Amino acid sequence: MDKMVPYPSGAIVPERDVEKTPILETHHLGIDFGGLTAVDEFSITVGRTEISGLIGPNGAGKTTVFNLLTNVYQPTRGTIMLDGKPTAGKTTAQVNRMGIARTFQNIRLFSNMSVLDNVKVGLHNSVKEGFFASVTHSLGYGKAEKKANERALRLLDFFSMADMANADAGSLPYGAQRRLEIVRALATNPGIILLDEPAAGMNPSETAELMENIRRIRDTFNIAVMLIEHDMSLVMNICEGICVLDHGKIIAKGTPDEIKSNPAVIEAYLGKKKEADGNAQG
Amino acid sequence: MSIASKYKALSKYARTNIKTYGLVIIAFAIMFPLQSTGTINNSISGQLVPICTYIVLAISLNLTVGILGELSLGHAGFMSVGAFSGVIAAAAFRDSVASDPLRLLIVIIIGGIFAGIAGLLIGIPVLRLRGDYLAIVTLAFGEIIKNIINCLYVGIDSKGLHFSMKDTASLGMTNGKIVLNGPQGAVGITKIATFTAGFILILITLFIVLNMIYSKTGRAITAIRDNRIAAESVGISVTKYKLTAFITSAALAGMAGALYAMNFSTVAPKKFDFNTSILILVFVVLGGMGNIMGSIIATTVLYMLPELLREFADYRMLIYAIVLILVMLATNSTKAKLITESVKFKIKGVFVRKNKDDSDKGEVTDNG
Repeated sequence: MDKMVPYPSGAIVPERDVEKTPILETHHLGIDFGGLTAVDEFSITVGRTEISGLIGPNGAGKTTVFNLLTNVYQPTRGTIMLDGKPTAGKTTAQVNRMGIARTFQNIRLFSNMSVLDNVKVGLHNSVKEGFFASVTHSLGYGKAEKKANERALRLLDFFSMADMANADAGSLPYGAQRRLEIVRALATNPGIILLDEPAAGMNPSETAELMENIRRIRDTFNIAVMLIEHDMSLVMNICEGICVLDHGKIIAKGTPDEIKSNPAVIEAYLGKKKEADGNAQG
Repeated sequence: MSIASKYKALSKYARTNIKTYGLVIIAFAIMFPLQSTGTINNSISGQLVPICTYIVLAISLNLTVGILGELSLGHAGFMSVGAFSGVIAAAAFRDSVASDPLRLLIVIIIGGIFAGIAGLLIGIPVLRLRGDYLAIVTLAFGEIIKNIINCLYVGIDSKGLHFSMKDTASLGMTNGKIVLNGPQGAVGITKIATFTAGFILILITLFIVLNMIYSKTGRAITAIRDNRIAAESVGISVTKYKLTAFITSAALAGMAGALYAMNFSTVAPKKFDFNTSILILVFVVLGGMGNIMGSIIATTVLYMLPELLREFADYRMLIYAIVLILVMLATNSTKAKLITESVKFKIKGVFVRKNKDDSDKGEVTDNG
């Protein structure tokens, strides 16, 4: 793991990313639902190839942050810069095309479609096939489909799922469904991928495999990964920068070591959960 | 490999195509000689073109309801736009295009284009809504279309087409011909629709819809149906693809409407009311949502049923309703499914024993 060094702005990123524009930057992001402030003063900087973690107790607003970053919700305050460009006013589909992809806490696959088709839906914007090609199955349809099939299979193979390509997505075992969601998100060719509790419901060996996969995603595709996770051993193991959220506000930011010894975090989060703390040490 | 196992090795897409096109072509191959030699009675042969148009309508509505997953209750509205723009086009091209089939082609294309435009105009506001609200607003738009055409007067003379929303007198024609006469609808249409034209229109519809399902556009539409939020998250523009499906569906309905109108000497706007929309929806639901071949079969059977039940006279519609209920129960109850499965299993068992040397294990393990 690279050393974490500060940008001129003060935010810390891995040393290898410090020369480049951050992939994701938020400034004083906040959202209110009626009178309730769900997220407030959320400012982070994510380096181009950084693996970062977003942790916090249940109801802290972590998923809301993901929904803000992907423009599912429009923020009440603050700005989001994706690859140096503001995302204000864009739709979810448009910000995806700008380079942000995500998975969901409760799996959202197209369960009536095959595994291959799920990935091909992810490839949607890189498949060059117009309406008339679709309707006539000519005018470049064959070429486009062949290319899409090849790319989808290569992506599936990366997660050793190529042999399941023709199965119905809904019939896959739980762990495979989670992996497929990641493959589908990667198919959109993002600059940063957001994983919402990727290890939820996984056993220790599956979690270990997931950790390896997350590193491989970063190294192979050269993209940033940001994850929400309750499994502290996973977070402390693979994340370079961690951001701790409580009641919608950031209570700590830093490297895993800094977070582990941060008294505010221990008090607000790890302190309450003795087991989680133990995991983190081990 | 036997033919059966070769068929099994085909992709799902190829199998659906073979079954669906095969069914339509075989049905036509049987019905066409019967109709042209006059073997079947008049009441049935007179239903052939309407059946073709209703099959096209059911397939096109299945695109909106089954594939896109949005309930539309105004499909007859698009049919009506196609029918009356087709009637006007037929009047306009009566002298300039002498060949009947060519004129029919022009009429159908114009009907499709106008219904497609109506689909775009209605789709933009309507597709912002979801579920029940969308269904109710499409219902309202269907009624609006019917009422607009109900007070539309169109005439043609040497100077060209004249339009009015008031009465025939305000058309300002000297000695022209009335094409559309308000609530009376279109009068004096030259019947140019043929069974063959209906058959070709079904094939075109199948070509468009089946191709679309197995393409980038179709995947995007199905993805939106299965999980809108996930579809958006992978960069699919929901509005664009909903509109694409809706407009395609409307245009096909318009083409069917144009063919329908060309089969009668008079067509009244009242024909394309809520009941017709519901009738088409019944075909789609009973045939199975998203099941194109099901739509074709359901339309044929349910459309012919009242005709075949004519001998029951007063009890005709009662029996029709009972059949609807029975079909609904048979396709939806788990017990009925178990029975059909066991029948299938027995049939397969006979089939496997016959082909014992043809060691295709797939068929045995399928039922294990």
